[in-house]
Amino acid sequence: MSPENTKELLESETSGGLKTELTLGLPGDSQVQKSGIKRGFTDVVHLNDAIAESQPHSKAQVVGWPPVRTYRKNLMKNGKYVKVAVDGAPYLRKVNLEIYSSYQDLLTAMGDMFTCLTICNVLNERKLMDSANGEEYVPTYEDKDGDWMLVGDVPWKMFVESCKRLRLMKSSEAIGLGSAAPSTPSKGSSISC
Amino acid sequence: MDPKLKKTKDSSSNSANSPDSTHSSFPFPDEVLERVLSLLHSHKDRSSVSLVCKDWYNAERWTRTKLFIGNCYSVSPEIVARRFPRIKSVTLKGKPRFSDFNLVPQYWGADVHSWLVMFAKVYPFLEELRLKRMTLSDESLKFLATSFPGFKALSLLSCDGFSTDGLKAIATHCKNLTELDIQENGIDDFGGGWLSCFSENCSSLEVLNFASLSSDVSFDALEKLVRRCKSLRILKVNKSISLDQLQQLLVQAPQLIELGTGSFQQELTPRQYEDLETAFSKCKNLQTLSGLWEATSLHLPVLYAACASLTFLNLSYATLRSDELAKLVAHSPNLRRLWVLDTVEDKGLETVGSSCPLLEELRVYPADPFELDLHHGVTEAGFLAVSHGCRKLHYVLYFCRQMTNAAVATIVQNCPDFTHFRLCIMNPGEPDYLTNEPMDEAFGAVVKTCTNLQRLAVSGLLTDLTFEYIGRYAKNLETLSVAFAGSSDRGMQCVLQGCPKLRKLEIRDSPFGNAALLSGVEKYETMRSLWMSACNVTMSACRLLAKDMPRLNVEVMRDEGSDDRQADKVYVYRSVAGPRRDAPPFVLTL
Repeated sequence: MSPENTKELLESETSGGLKTELTLGLPGDSQVQKSGIKRGFTDVVHLNDAIAESQPHSKAQVVGWPPVRTYRKNLMKNGKYVKVAVDGAPYLRKVNLEIYSSYQDLLTAMGDMFTCLTICNVLNERKLMDSANGEEYVPTYEDKDGDWMLVGDVPWKMFVESCKRLRLMKSSEAIGLGSAAPSTPSKGSSISC
Repeated sequence: MDPKLKKTKDSSSNSANSPDSTHSSFPFPDEVLERVLSLLHSHKDRSSVSLVCKDWYNAERWTRTKLFIGNCYSVSPEIVARRFPRIKSVTLKGKPRFSDFNLVPQYWGADVHSWLVMFAKVYPFLEELRLKRMTLSDESLKFLATSFPGFKALSLLSCDGFSTDGLKAIATHCKNLTELDIQENGIDDFGGGWLSCFSENCSSLEVLNFASLSSDVSFDALEKLVRRCKSLRILKVNKSISLDQLQQLLVQAPQLIELGTGSFQQELTPRQYEDLETAFSKCKNLQTLSGLWEATSLHLPVLYAACASLTFLNLSYATLRSDELAKLVAHSPNLRRLWVLDTVEDKGLETVGSSCPLLEELRVYPADPFELDLHHGVTEAGFLAVSHGCRKLHYVLYFCRQMTNAAVATIVQNCPDFTHFRLCIMNPGEPDYLTNEPMDEAFGAVVKTCTNLQRLAVSGLLTDLTFEYIGRYAKNLETLSVAFAGSSDRGMQCVLQGCPKLRKLEIRDSPFGNAALLSGVEKYETMRSLWMSACNVTMSACRLLAKDMPRLNVEVMRDEGSDDRQADKVYVYRSVAGPRRDAPPFVLTL
């Protein structure tokens, strides 16, 4: 759906023809859609707004809908969805940690999700960089104890279990976290890039 | 039908009227007729045969060994016992399908016990029992296990009311058990001890499916069981079985045709990995593969050798990504049926389109049905991609968050042979996301193009036009599921008037009212059942229907706190057994 259509849709939902121009974007604002399959971030956000306005109830409130058998629903509850926040962007995303098997996988996915960010491996540390404005982001997470940790220090499975949410922190703010324990050899699925 | 049989029909219809000409002009003696009819297995054919004349009715009832009852309340155990003296296998279905989605309260009914009591009396040589959406207690299972010495096969799908204690009884007492198939039931799992109850002499198992149970079983007991049962062809274990344990089982049973793995995630040594790979490569007869919980790209490659012969791959419990699926299907060119989670996304479905030209059935389930973020899951693009590459597709179940009329039109052009088209756009009342129009034209295209359509589930923003199309074109439609759709009574009326083969109609949250309900007064006796919930039907219309049609059971359930006049949930079904006597207080039989 092109940005023009989403904007039209949004306008048609607002009463009295008031133009509420929401221009949202991540640092580096991506307007370009990726290969027609996944939408640009801004499009998704606009569409969500439109739907939220037209649907009085959230899906979760409707009994027995979508029609997924209880057995399957209970199984799938085990999916580990965590919120991902990016400094500077007002809207969060969600990822299912269970579908990734390594830190590299996760970073790649986050790069896909926030289309302006690319992975850059600097000195064995994992970072994401916004090529548009040169801003660097460091992946951090809140663990079970409520502490904010640098992503990548513990074995992957342990991370999945203890991670409550993710935050891509601006490098400039992450200075305190940056110099953790001396880096261990980057082998296996635990720490390597 | 056999021309010989047809000839008999003609001559016997002449003699049918005269009382004592039962056999004089009848070319075949009873024994021959019975011999011929015993070769008929389809219950629909048998039903037709029994309507020809009295002789055929009798011959058929004496030769029927398999009983199929699609609605346990449509007939009573007594009536069945009187008609069929020699039954060895029974299939019984109970609750309305929407009970799978919590729309039917607990203790609604469909208890199998009274049937079991009758079977014990009349069919002591019963061998097989297959139950779907029935309630059964542990006591019933114990009764079953101890009442039928020749009992061989038990299959329970979507049932409730029992626990693993009941399974203990089955394992302990059924000495000739060939099949134990426990699927997706609401069951209390008190532990895996039941598996250890199989006697050491038990070697007859051919089918063992306990994939949906969660507790640990004794691996030692399982391994010994698998080793003893040389005829085992279907084995589906649960999550408690690890990868290296799976390897040990496979080594004992390379003859398996269907395999359900346990957990597919474990730290394996290189040697263990290799052994597992070898074990899979030795399974030359594998046609079906399922389970694969927590499977990731680390271990999926062990399957590749076995994928070549696969015709059915059930990945609906594996949160695979597109690249992981791509590699799997690349090794599985013979796939006919594929079930996946929408974590594979459109990209994954594209690889299905290019790797599986023989695909006939695709099911895409939602990994997180309540996730509002449109970024997840599949879209029309994935479905389109599959339709381009898999022209033989005839069964689809597709959960998505967006769809367009144009895409569906193209899809059915690519695949005009759909017999089952179940599209679930997960946001209720969602329009075509590109044009913002209703999805009427999409389903219009489906019914116009797919003349063999038997089953249809509609979704998205739909007006009465969709139902006009269905009534006009879907002449082979037997099952229709409707949710959050339609504009007025006219929609439902079109369907009732236009679909001659309609057997099951289930509707929820749609604006169909009394006029619609009553327009089908003569239709419902030709159908198995009608379900309407959260529609605009009132008690008075239901009472009228019940009064006019004595051979229909009209049951109403009311929601808490709702108006006395509203019939919140209506279930109408034909029955020769009269109103049911076991209805709980919240089911009003009119």
